[in-house]
Amino acid sequence: MLEIKCPYCGKRSQNEFSYGGDGNIKRPALGEEISTKDWDDFVYFRDNPRGKHTELWQHVSGCRQWFKASRDTATHEIFSTCKMNEDFNE
Amino acid sequence: MSNQYRTSNSKGLVNKEKIINFTFNGDSYQGYEGDTLASALIANGIHLVGRSFKYHRPRGFLGAGVEEPNAMVQLHEGDRSEPNIMATEVELVEGLKAKSQNCWPSVKFDIGEINNILNRFFPAGFYYKTFMWPKSFWFKVYEPFIRKAAGMGVAPLSPDPDRYEHNYEHCDVLVVGSGPSGLSSALAAAKNGARVILAEDKAHFGGSLLNDDVTIGNMSGREWASDVISQLKNMPNVVVKNRSQVFGYYDHNMTVMFERVSDHLENSSKYTPRQRLHYIRAGEVIVSTGSIERPISFGNNDRPGIFLASAAREYMKVYETLVGKKPIIFTNNDSAYATALEFIKNDIKPIIVDTRDNSDGQLVKEVQEQGINIRFNSGIANTKGHLKIKSATIGTLDNQKENFISLEEVDCDCICMSGGWTPTVHLSSQAGNKLKFNEDIDAFVPDKKRQKETAVGSANGAFTLDQSLAEGFQVGFELSNKFTSNDIKTDTPISNEPDQKPHEKLWCMPLPNGQKPKRFIDFQNDVAVSDVELALREGFRSIEHVKRYTTLGMAGDQGKTSNLNGLQYVSNIEKKIVPEVGHTTFRPPYTPVTIGTIVGREVGNHYLPTRKSPVHTWHEENNAVFVAAGLWVRPRYYPRGTETMNDAVNREAANVRKNVGICDVTTLGKIDIKGPDAPEFLNRVYTNAWLKLPVGKARYGVMLREDGMVFDDGTTSRLSENHFHMTTTTAQAANVLSHLEYYLQVVWPELDVNVLSTTEQWAGVAVAGPKSRELLSKLFPDVDLSNEGLPFMGLVDTKLGDIPARIYRISFSGELAFEVNVESNYGLHLWKKIMDVGSEFGVQPYGTEALSTLRIEMGHVAGPELDGRNIPYDVGLNGMVSQKKDFIGKRSLSKDAFVSEDRQTIVGLVPVDKKSKIPEGSHIVVDDKAPTPIPKLGHVSSSCWSVEYNNPFSIAILKDGKKQIGKQLIAVSPLKDISIPVEVVSSHYVDPKGERVRS
Ligand SMILES: [Zn+2]
Repeated sequence: MLEIKCPYCGKRSQNEFSYGGDGNIKRPALGEEISTKDWDDFVYFRDNPRGKHTELWQHVSGCRQWFKASRDTATHEIFSTCKMNEDFNE
Repeated sequence: MSNQYRTSNSKGLVNKEKIINFTFNGDSYQGYEGDTLASALIANGIHLVGRSFKYHRPRGFLGAGVEEPNAMVQLHEGDRSEPNIMATEVELVEGLKAKSQNCWPSVKFDIGEINNILNRFFPAGFYYKTFMWPKSFWFKVYEPFIRKAAGMGVAPLSPDPDRYEHNYEHCDVLVVGSGPSGLSSALAAAKNGARVILAEDKAHFGGSLLNDDVTIGNMSGREWASDVISQLKNMPNVVVKNRSQVFGYYDHNMTVMFERVSDHLENSSKYTPRQRLHYIRAGEVIVSTGSIERPISFGNNDRPGIFLASAAREYMKVYETLVGKKPIIFTNNDSAYATALEFIKNDIKPIIVDTRDNSDGQLVKEVQEQGINIRFNSGIANTKGHLKIKSATIGTLDNQKENFISLEEVDCDCICMSGGWTPTVHLSSQAGNKLKFNEDIDAFVPDKKRQKETAVGSANGAFTLDQSLAEGFQVGFELSNKFTSNDIKTDTPISNEPDQKPHEKLWCMPLPNGQKPKRFIDFQNDVAVSDVELALREGFRSIEHVKRYTTLGMAGDQGKTSNLNGLQYVSNIEKKIVPEVGHTTFRPPYTPVTIGTIVGREVGNHYLPTRKSPVHTWHEENNAVFVAAGLWVRPRYYPRGTETMNDAVNREAANVRKNVGICDVTTLGKIDIKGPDAPEFLNRVYTNAWLKLPVGKARYGVMLREDGMVFDDGTTSRLSENHFHMTTTTAQAANVLSHLEYYLQVVWPELDVNVLSTTEQWAGVAVAGPKSRELLSKLFPDVDLSNEGLPFMGLVDTKLGDIPARIYRISFSGELAFEVNVESNYGLHLWKKIMDVGSEFGVQPYGTEALSTLRIEMGHVAGPELDGRNIPYDVGLNGMVSQKKDFIGKRSLSKDAFVSEDRQTIVGLVPVDKKSKIPEGSHIVVDDKAPTPIPKLGHVSSSCWSVEYNNPFSIAILKDGKKQIGKQLIAVSPLKDISIPVEVVSSHYVDPKGERVRS
């Protein structure tokens, strides 16, 4: 069980959080003209890197805030977490 | 005669004043308080405990603790019966009942032993090779045979009556194991002010200090251990736990500990758990788990009475029990001489067989000073004795130690063997530590760590007491300094123990000339030297392959006594050094853990929380049959008299169509949405338009996922300019909230909107049916509930007496209907009031079944249609999709496949015979007799008995559905062997123009 530092609440056990997927995805703007391929890339396609990865997590059984985590997908090391409007401090 | 195998001069930890009665295989025995089941049996001269896994060979005890591979027993009876328990780990308790397992009809006469006589037919890979063909034999012949022959203990069939608990702990330093290095690191860390947990698997603290004659400071090792423990117990920053095994090391320094809380107590309080699971998140973990002695492979080295030398010593020194009175000590190192000395102390002169040419270690000299002749350069070739060892064939080795030169048979009643020591690296390995091979001790030790784990003492390959204590005090101090600023260093005391000379690198004896007795490596899985040879001969090279082919080290003991001997043997044959052969990775749990402990209190109704509406007690009192809806418990129907479910549901639904019914809809998800950008946010979340919804009005909304599939639906009302009340389906409430939070926090943080779940704050009652207006007008005489006063999709805030209430004019049943909300605590009051006032209108409660019937008849979609696989078009909601604005998932709707004309769409189905009920999940086909695979046109999502037309009706999702209306197709349910001809009709079966809701 991982130990994750919520940027609002501090360190908590993984079972208080839910995983929110790739944190690098940017939703296309509303009303934006977009090709089917680009849209499909946004909806369906995700990188699956081995190593450092920016992810989203939500502190569902806590403050309910979404935040970013920089985690190693192979070793589970979490290098840093930060609020959505912040950059990693590393 | 009982307890005839007790020591005369060893001073142990049993209390001879307190006699404990127990039974083994139905016979009564006595032991003492402080005994284990193993020590008490041995003290009574019982060595035959069970039969081995594959060959059903008679087996006794090898060890005295967690390393025990043979002595597995079935404990207790009835619903507390427990299989596969190591007798060495069971503390004796009054009335304990134990029996042998894996034998039939008895442990002394076991039919399965024919496997032993036929053992040349049971080599490594036997199962793989033999049971492959013919395929049809698998279920009828092979599998039953293997199950019967290879079974171990028997699991009880009734529920576990005991109570188990989980506990979460945090500490700065967790110390695993209370031997010399563990005690010293715990003491150093604790004195420096760190929060320390010290865990010991056994009942007694001290580890090897209980068995070794050493001094620390001016105390014996045993005294020093109890002194340190009493110091630690008196420190507020320390938790000391015995009977507690740290069995798993997971990510981010999460360790899991298994505590046997009351197994050893004759009477425990009803509220004391049997066992406890501790999740310990430690800042640093000190692995002071010690080491396990290695056996030696020689002919028939598995007979009852053949022990590890350290175990024999522990039985004497801790349990005052003699494993035999005519012992042979067989060793490749000095440590077994301590066992010889303990025998001598009890006036027993052992025969000593040492593979080495010589040793002038202190222990060896002490033994020689007792006038005992040591047979150096010798080994044991074979043993005799069917149910218990009787004699050993001892031989002198040649110069290469590859053959015996001369052999001699010697009587004995036990053999105490020692092949040196293996550090217990399991936890370090689980933590991700890459082990390295230490050639001085011929074993793996922790090397490069991945987590905050530090091995000390013999777990780290430090086999002398000096080293262990020095490492312990040093590491305990250094690691605790990370958490405190005290910087208090504790001095390492002076210690004294006999010096030891190097071991010999020899763990497998040659075969005696002309004989081929089995030389076991893995006792629990019955893997012998010849099996490893066979695997290598057949071309298996990787140690992982050899392991799987022979099953070496794959038993429940995870090869605690066999892994290294196996590796060593492979490396000898392959002429490689051990690290080149490699080693396998250890996995949790280190020792077996009961399922009850892993499950904890999460059993039965405690498995998940139960959510009940405030009206729940009324439902119970009025004969409701309940159904689980996620975590909620909802009334399914309210049978009267002898009514069946169908009777009750039809009555309830018909009463709504005819008079008025009420349904508890408290479970609907409710989300409060506030903020200046709330209308804009709803406009993005829902497929339809929201900017112009007037205050005091509700609107039906559909939300999609980005992939265009319908995610949820519900009505949302505008309470004031910037304040909305959203409802969701019961099932999706939590997911919708997370979804909204995601878009507000991650995607559009610029929107000034707040969302909050208010599901628990409101109780809701749906009042539906043509007489609903009359009923509510009587309950709320001051409110104008006419079509003009409160039109369809309107809402009004009012009061029920002094209680604030809100009335919505919304309908799920398709009838004229209202929904009344009050604060949760008043839900029961509201419900009772409606029932009172409504009696003159024929009001009846209706449950979820009638609720479904009513919505299915009307063609309203719900969970079975909104299953994450349908876009709005498919379920007849295309009219809800705005063409003018963008919203979540809209771009997906213009993809080619999503605009195709012949997409599956929602339709109604009526059986041609107007009688046969169509099972939900049925497939719809043109010809049910066509060759398989029969092309599938769609499936039945919801079925009901139409109370309006008095015949079955279903909703289906059908390919090109609109064009199929009027056609006859067949609904098939192969699992139920049902084929029903059906007519395709509109899904709006009742009141297709929707006039009733607006009446
Ligand atoms: Zn938080």
